[in-house]
Formats: sequence, C-alpha cells, structure tokens
Amino acid sequence: MKYAALVWSNLKRHKARTFFTLLSIVVAFVLFAYLAAARVAFRAGVDVAGADRLLTTHKVSIIQPLPSGYREKIAAVPGVVAVTHSSWFGGIYQNPNTGFQGVFQNPVEPEAYLAMYPEFLIPEAEKRAWIADREGVLVGRKTAERYGWKVGDRVPVQATIYRKKDGTKTWEFNLRGIYDGREKGTDTTQFLFHYDYFDEARQWGQGIVGWYVVRIADPAATAEVGARIDALFENSPSETKTVTEKALMQSFADQIGDIGAIIQWILAAVFFTLLLVAGNTMAQSVRERTSELAVLKTLGFSDLRVLALVLAESATLAVVGGGLGLALGAAAIGAGDPTGGFLPVFYFPESDVVVGAVLVVILGLVTGLLPALAAKRLRIVDALRRA
Amino acid sequence: MRALTSWLSQVAAVTSTAVRTIPERRGASLATVFGIAGVVAVFVAVLSIGEGFRKTLRAAGSPDNAMVMRSGSDSEMMSVLVGNSIEIIAQAPGVARGEVGGAVIPLSSAELFVIVDAPKRSTGTTANVPLRGVQPAAFATRPGLEITSGRRFEWGKNEILVGDGARRQFAGLDLGSRLRWGRNEWTVVGTFSAGGALWESELWTDARVLQPAYQRGNSFQTVIVRLASPAAFDTFKDALTTDPRLDVQVLRESEYYGNQGRTLNAIIRGLGLTVSLLMAVGAVFGALNTMYSAVASRTREVATLRALGFGSGAVVVSVLAEALLLALLGGALGAFAAWAFFDGYRTSTLNWDTFSQVTFAFDVTPALLVQGTVFAIALGLVGGLLPALRAARLPVTAALREA
Repeated sequence: MKYAALVWSNLKRHKARTFFTLLSIVVAFVLFAYLAAARVAFRAGVDVAGADRLLTTHKVSIIQPLPSGYREKIAAVPGVVAVTHSSWFGGIYQNPNTGFQGVFQNPVEPEAYLAMYPEFLIPEAEKRAWIADREGVLVGRKTAERYGWKVGDRVPVQATIYRKKDGTKTWEFNLRGIYDGREKGTDTTQFLFHYDYFDEARQWGQGIVGWYVVRIADPAATAEVGARIDALFENSPSETKTVTEKALMQSFADQIGDIGAIIQWILAAVFFTLLLVAGNTMAQSVRERTSELAVLKTLGFSDLRVLALVLAESATLAVVGGGLGLALGAAAIGAGDPTGGFLPVFYFPESDVVVGAVLVVILGLVTGLLPALAAKRLRIVDALRRA
Repeated sequence: MRALTSWLSQVAAVTSTAVRTIPERRGASLATVFGIAGVVAVFVAVLSIGEGFRKTLRAAGSPDNAMVMRSGSDSEMMSVLVGNSIEIIAQAPGVARGEVGGAVIPLSSAELFVIVDAPKRSTGTTANVPLRGVQPAAFATRPGLEITSGRRFEWGKNEILVGDGARRQFAGLDLGSRLRWGRNEWTVVGTFSAGGALWESELWTDARVLQPAYQRGNSFQTVIVRLASPAAFDTFKDALTTDPRLDVQVLRESEYYGNQGRTLNAIIRGLGLTVSLLMAVGAVFGALNTMYSAVASRTREVATLRALGFGSGAVVVSVLAEALLLALLGGALGAFAAWAFFDGYRTSTLNWDTFSQVTFAFDVTPALLVQGTVFAIALGLVGGLLPALRAARLPVTAALREA
C-alpha cells in the first residue's frame, strides 16, 4: 500500500489523458451493460418459460381461433394437471402511435390464469378485488408505470377487432391490481381482464379463444402429452399444435431473426473497439516512462516490484472506469429501455454483471501486462541511454 | 491581403509538418482512425436497417391506390368487412375502371390477410408468413408486380403465388411445392417480384378459395381500389365515410404503409441511436487523447515555430487539420465497411403491426454515407479543438526549456 502515492502521482501526471481514458472505459462498460440487456430483450420469455407448461394453438397459425369447448377435452387428457386459455385483444390506449405497442392485452379466466402463472406476484387483497370485479383489469408493473396508472383508475381501451354489442369501440376497465414478476425476466407488461365479461359483451366471436395454456404433471413428458392433445382434434375443422412454452418463445425470438443477432454483434464489436482504444492509450503512457522505470530499478526496485507498480496503475484505471461504467449502465437500464417501452423485458442480468467484472480485471491485466513485462525485462543502462 | 496570404502560408507550413509527422505517432493515430471508423460503421449500419425496412414499405404504397378497412382497425390484420359492403365500395365514385380478364370492371380488390406457419430457412423454426387472398383486380392495382417464374394462379383453384422475398427466407415454398394448411392442400404455381415492395414477403391466392379454408364465410378484411386519379381520393373517401350503410375508414395506400412498422422502427432507432451516441462519446475521448499526445510530442516544434514568429492561429488550424484528417479517414473507412458488409443484406423479421414476417434488404443510402461522414467530421472537430487550444497557449519559453 505504501506505493499508492507513487501510483497516484503517475496517474495525475497527464490529468487530461487519464481522465479521458477513464471516461472511455466508463462508456465501454455502459455499452456492455446495454449489450447484455439487449440480449435478454431479444430472447424475451425464452429463459423464464415454465418447463411444465405447454401451449396449444391452431395448427395453421396462432392467429386462428379455437373453440372454447376444447378446454374440458384437454383437461381430461392423461398427464394434464391444469388448463386455461387466453386470447388476443389488440386494443389501443390513447393513440395508435404510443398506445399499447408491446402490451399484450388478454381476456383470461382470472383464477385459473393466476394459478397457471405463479410467477405473477400480486397482493392477496388486489387479487380478490380483481377476481370479484367483472370489469376489473390486472396489469403488470411495467405497463402501470409506463402509463402512470394506479389501483382504482378507470382505463378506456379502443378495440381494433372486437366491438361491444352496442357497436361502441371503447372498452372501459377498472384497474384492480398490479402484479410484479418473480423473476427479473418475467413479462410485467400484460393487461389481463375477464374472459366471461369480454365474451358476453363482444359483438361477434362468442365461444372462441386464442390459445390454451396447459400444465402437465411430468416436464419430461411434454412430447407425449402434446401428441395426445393434438390427436384429440385431428381431422376436426380446428386442428391443434401443442408445443412447450419455451419452444413457442424461441420461435418468436427466431422470428425477430438476425436483426437481433446483428445488433448484438455490432454492440460487441463496439465494446471491443473502445477497449482497444483505451488500452492502447494506457499502454502508451507506460511506454513513455521507460526511463523513469529504469531510474526506479537503479534505486533498487526489483523487477517484480516494477511490474506490480505498472500493473497497479492500469488496474486502478480499469477498476474505477469499469466499475463506474457497469454501475451507470445498470442505472440507465433500470430507468427504462431506449425504445420507450417496446421491449417487454429489458434488464441487466446478474450473470452478465459477473462477466463484466471479469472483463474489467482482464482489461486491467492486459493493458498493464505488456508494458509491465517490457519494463521488467528492461536493462537499466539501455533505458537510461535511450532517454 | 498580404497578411492573409502570409497567414495562409504559415498554416500550410505548420499543417504539412503536422501531417508529415503522423507516421511517428502511428499507434495512437491508428487507434483514433479505427475508433471513428467503428462509430461511423455502426451508425450507418444500424440506420441502414431502418432505411431498408422503410423502403420496402414505401414501395408498397402507391398514391393512386386507396385502402378501405373497418373503422378503428389498426392494420389489415384487425379489419373485417362483410360481403355486402364490398360491392358498395367498388361502385363508389372515384374508382378507376379497367379491363380485367376481358371485361371492364371497377379496379377494386377485396382481400383477406391471414398467416400461415412456414419454417425459416436460417433457423428451421416456424415463422408467421402472410398469406393474402385477392380478387382479379388485384394485379391491376399493383402494376409493379411481375411473375418471375411459373404462372399466375387460376381463379377458384388451390394454387399459390409466392413472393421472391418469402421464397428466399422460408423453406418449402419453391415452384411446384405442395403445401398443407389445415385440411387444404395448395400448389405453388409461380413466383413474383414487386419492385422490392412488401408484397414480396407474401403468398397470394384467390380470396374466394381462402374464405372457406379459413372459415371466413363471405367476409373480407380490406379493399384496395385504384383511383381514377390521385386527386379523386377525397371524393372516394367522402362517399364512403358518409354512407350510412358502411362503417369504414379510408386511407391512401401510401399513408397506410407509412404508418406500418412503428414498433420495429422504434426498436431500431432507440437501440441504434443510443449505441451510436455512446460510441461517439467514447470515440471523442479517444480522439482527444490522441490529439493531446500529438500536441505533447510536437511541443518543441510548436515552440520553435512560435519563436520564429508563426502565429498561434496557424498552430490551432494545424492541430485541427490533423484531427479532421484522421476523422475523415476513419469516417470514410467506416462508411465503406458498412456499405461493403451490409448494403443489400437480405433478412426477414417480424412486423409487429401485422404480426407477420416481412423480408427486406438493408439499404446503405448515399444520404446515410454523407450523414456518417459529417458525423465523423464533427467527432474530429470536437476531439481536436481542446488540444489545439492547448497547443496555441503553450508559453514559448517554458515549452522550449521543457523539451
């Protein structure tokens, strides 16, 4: 520790350079945080999909509806523990440009749906209030915050597909509860209301649902149970396709396609370019001081001690810059995603914080090590003569 | 005048020494060039995704066409139009008439827009591919559509035309393929291009064949009409919106497609601009460091020049010129890299507004290249300014002694 002052005065020597190098490292690690968050955003749902949940959709496409009568038939299939359904509402809140992009609004069976998704955490009183109110709506934390809603608000939504029987387009709901996610990756953007109320009040389409969610007893038996469900409806007007929740989420992630991959590659390239530039400056500032290192050696500093001094300097820059960058990145990501709410999940996963910390250490070592080794090998007479 | 020419010659002299000594500062200068190249490449590449996507949508919207959907519908996908309104729309004033299949009829095509699952070539996982059911006037309302192989489908048969974009991105859609959706089997009888427009991502068939297959009875989703002239739009729109038998909204086709793709654009712009901005900040710091060390290494030279009577203005310009040169090099390199790697790159993604796949090519436009270069120049100026001022303010005597 007694050399801290020496390290500090070396860093202070070119204040501007040290400062800018530090800021470059900060920026690089802020980017790294965004890279990690973008990765989870594009894989939204895949990582937190329930292993024991299957989704039964129309065989041709998920947009084709299924009869609500399938519920009882699916429930009777051996291996199925619970079944519920959900549908696509596709309404607009306020105006089409800002309203409800990326918010899934689903008419559901309240109790069965919450039992199906235990990762939706909701206070008992709000849960009861939502179940009791036919016009009640339960929304995720992220959506509630995005629109500044609180429990008790009345929320008007413009229908694009389903009008009410009286021909009006406006559906009004009472906000009865706000749910949080058990995992960071849990989708807390949903807008959930009563299917019974919806089905009764809509102008057309009575008795159809969008898709079924099925819980099975044995997560290892997904293929068998799925095949049994699909066999039930073979050769009917509405044949089904049952896949695991994970597979369905994965196919959506794949639908976004290489755009997601390309953005991630770009971010990664940027991160390493910035590190290269910062590292180059750090290494250069040590190279410039070759003669001083020779003086230190003349004074009796051992090779190892000189190596440690140089490393301490680069490690300080890397740790301070990288730490600040990761912290700033985490804060910025926590404040919201840069698309203004279009990405349902956007957070900085813990595992990537660890990766970031490892990269900080590697940066400190690599940028310091090459010039430090050169300094260690330095022959005093050569170095002094060169200066 | 004399003062000006002498100042200019000073600038030229100092700048040329500065530029000629760049190779001595190879490492740092290269780092700056690559840093700025990276920023510009990312900036251009990310925006080229948005450009390409918009171009595909723009190519689809013709000012000669109007689109009718049920009022309140956000996209084709959400709309429903029942059978009897179709004829009212076709007969409305402002609709062009033309010869289709030997008869002169209103150029009005009632259409269905549904989704079928088809495997993506790149991943093998299923994707939502749009399937459009059309009426005979559809080809007259989209004159840009050309058959690239095979033939058009025959009306009343389970035959399909496949857009070139869809054929490239999804497996099993080649000429002659037989496809099974639900209980119906379809044969691919031809492929088409549409001048890069959105329809190249779609499959087309006869709407009347699609209706029973999708249990749509006699309903459609949208009607596309060819207007007698672009100016006839208002007449057409007023006639429909004031008709008590109808409950529809009328849009110019160009307006409809201009509004599509909001979600994707927001994601690309949001992430792209955040990343570009962060990178720009990082690159400016890199440039600042390089230019400060360039000034430091030229301390003795600058002091000597000042002692000889060179003005501080000339010194400032020389440092800025060096920074600009590096930035321009970086900008050109970055813009070229973005163009070489990304221009014309074909991909497909989910258009959230219609919940279906759209295929398009990245488009590195000349405007983007210019913007990228301007961006690079701005970075160079910002990165060069402070070091230039430092160089100008070096006290001559101290600087000579220090060296």
